Amino acid sequence: MFRPAIVKRLGEEELFNPGHPACHGCGFSITLRHILKAAGKNTIFVVPAGCTSIVAGTMNKATFRVPFYHTPFAASAAVGSGIIEALERRGRDDVNVIVWAGDGATYDIGFAALSGAAERGHNILYICNDNEAYMNTGIQRSGGTPRGAWTTTTWEGKREAKKDLIRIMMSHNIPYIATATPAYPLDLYNKVKKALSIRGFKYLHVLNPCPPGWRIDTSLTIEVAKRAVLSGAWILLEYEDGRLRLNPPSNTMLEKRRVPLEDYLKIQGRFKHLFKPENKWLLEKLKNDIDEMWNWIKEMLAK
Amino acid sequence: MERVRRKYVLTGNYAAAYAALHSRVEVVAAYPITPQTTIVEKIDELISKGEYNTTMIRVESEHSAMAAAIGASAAGARAFTATASHGLFYMYENIWWAANSRLPVVASFVTRALAPPWNIWSDHQDVYALRDSGWILFLARNAQEVYDLIIQAFKIAEDDEVRLPVGVAHDAFIVSHTSEPVEMPMQDEIDSFLPPPEHIKPLLDPENPVSVGNLPTAEQHYMLRKNIWDCIIYSLSVIRRVGREYTELTGRNYGELIPAYKTEDAEYILVTSGAMGGDAEDAVDVLRDMGIRAGHLSIRLFRPFPHDELIDKVADSKAILVFNRGVSMGLGGVITADIRDSISKEALSIPVYDFIVGLGGVEVSKDDFIKAVHDLKTGKLDMKKTYYLMGGEYV
Amino acid sequence: MPEVMYPIAKPAPGSAGKTGYWRWQKPVIIREKCTRCGLCWIYCPDSAYELDEEGYPIVLYDWCKGCGICAHECPVDAIKMVDEYGEG
Repeated sequence: MFRPAIVKRLGEEELFNPGHPACHGCGFSITLRHILKAAGKNTIFVVPAGCTSIVAGTMNKATFRVPFYHTPFAASAAVGSGIIEALERRGRDDVNVIVWAGDGATYDIGFAALSGAAERGHNILYICNDNEAYMNTGIQRSGGTPRGAWTTTTWEGKREAKKDLIRIMMSHNIPYIATATPAYPLDLYNKVKKALSIRGFKYLHVLNPCPPGWRIDTSLTIEVAKRAVLSGAWILLEYEDGRLRLNPPSNTMLEKRRVPLEDYLKIQGRFKHLFKPENKWLLEKLKNDIDEMWNWIKEMLAK
Repeated sequence: MERVRRKYVLTGNYAAAYAALHSRVEVVAAYPITPQTTIVEKIDELISKGEYNTTMIRVESEHSAMAAAIGASAAGARAFTATASHGLFYMYENIWWAANSRLPVVASFVTRALAPPWNIWSDHQDVYALRDSGWILFLARNAQEVYDLIIQAFKIAEDDEVRLPVGVAHDAFIVSHTSEPVEMPMQDEIDSFLPPPEHIKPLLDPENPVSVGNLPTAEQHYMLRKNIWDCIIYSLSVIRRVGREYTELTGRNYGELIPAYKTEDAEYILVTSGAMGGDAEDAVDVLRDMGIRAGHLSIRLFRPFPHDELIDKVADSKAILVFNRGVSMGLGGVITADIRDSISKEALSIPVYDFIVGLGGVEVSKDDFIKAVHDLKTGKLDMKKTYYLMGGEYV
Repeated sequence: MPEVMYPIAKPAPGSAGKTGYWRWQKPVIIREKCTRCGLCWIYCPDSAYELDEEGYPIVLYDWCKGCGICAHECPVDAIKMVDEYGEG
């Protein structure tokens, strides 16, 4: 039997059933497959309102082959706290608790619960499924929507910058923070494995392209995620014990070796208006947001 | 038979704290709010002294308090929280989540008025808002009842044929911060009454993976809510059985869901809930001294509503006067509506009179009840009206 | 005595039915070109790929929604998207 090394590493058991109701080319569905491969069967998923509330399936058939608890929109981190305390009382230290929450649930409505659980240091892995808007309700802007992006509540492009949640989570002094995308599945898989091997509150932030929300062809999900990284709009990083580290390929981009941001933006309908002359200023501001993020990365690495 | 007992002088809040810990609760998640705060403080203090093996989750909001209790309960732990007023409303969606997930969470609610204006005193509007959720709701009259009902609450909630959350409410300050002697069974007696929490079936179990709360068809949703109805109606028999067992253990009467005072031959029955029951009983004594056959019922169990027991106890009366510490705006007293529902189901013709008392912490005294009965006897009351009675005057 | 109904579902494929019906183009593997790298299997959002004994991909057409990610990501163009229903 022949298997490439990466397939052997990820493993062929699928804990994410096929025939689920996600959209064509759903980015986070790819991410979920690999998270589940890394976490394994002894994992409890805690999920607030969002796309995954639907993707999880029906009362007749569940998509997830691990225990799964739906929670109110703002409640997931706190429900995770309750579950891990109950497990610890029963001596079940072999069971992972993963909170999987969208950017709306993370940046906005559930932020207090996230911050509280992180401050308490509960032994859970919180994963932000960032598709940069309220996609399930029909593409409304969230605190995670980048500047300039069209949504159904920012018809001329969002005026405000994407909230810098990574830095906010860093200031919670938790043992492990990382970013990922489904375009780099081994990086994603390894980060989940590593996070689950560390005790305490861990935060993983995954950029997941959304074809209907980003206005891309359904075949371009991975392509656009790669371009997000190669253009520097999304940075693959780990923050552990107060030390920041960039992961490939982001670690090669410190000296401005990034592809033009336009390569990332131009294949997405949500940024189409940025290329009109009257919106040049907005495009420049978005570029500036990204440059400032990289400047901060350089400062952090120089420390 | 004389039994060795623990008898402490406790506030209603401390009674709640001891009851939760004596129930061997495993996870407590709570957030401070006046007048609930001293429940959590006491639990924390007793845990830190090493007297109890309970995990405390000090959450950042009431929303998270109920959420964490839900999580712990879904994973099979015995879970408890406590709150009041705005805290209860902040956790409101999770109140429904607990009921619809069929989780045996137990909570202590200290009744308090809702703002604005800011007001920390008692009325029952906050707990009345839970009426339709699927929670089993008790209204305790004093610290002893707070203690006794919380111990029973876990047994009722965790019953395999019930599996519904239970709330035990008591009045702000009048009960929560007033010290009274409270008699408590010894721990081994409680342990023989309430099985250890390991019997609770976890919903979230890697050996038997299920998704809790996936999309239903409309018909499936309908049947799930109908099943809560079936179970909460059935719970009346469980509540009675557990009450009788607890009576056996303590000698205190919990066989009744609506404790009665001198109602056997009563023509005029006063109905109250919570702490004002004591004042109502004083009024009954005064009225009887005046030759008026009055009696009193305390609605200790608010949901499920103990219809049969109510009818048994009022069937021979001439009139029922209901005193509500909360109002359904545009309709009338919340408990009055319940009583009228029972009367109409039996096609009885007993008139029911509606009084609103004690909103925002206004003191309710025996004079209020005496005045109401006097006015009824002298033909001054109209059954169609809702009377706002404050300090012995209609306002 | 009522039996408690929990709002729970057991795992099973096809919570949205046979999602293969959503497809208007289907991926077809050109076995001669395939290098067995596994990327189509890795990047499938629908768990709609399996690998055979020799490591060649098999599309599970009951579930494949036809998004085209596999064809786009295939480094050697060994996956062709073919119209499901022909012209017009």
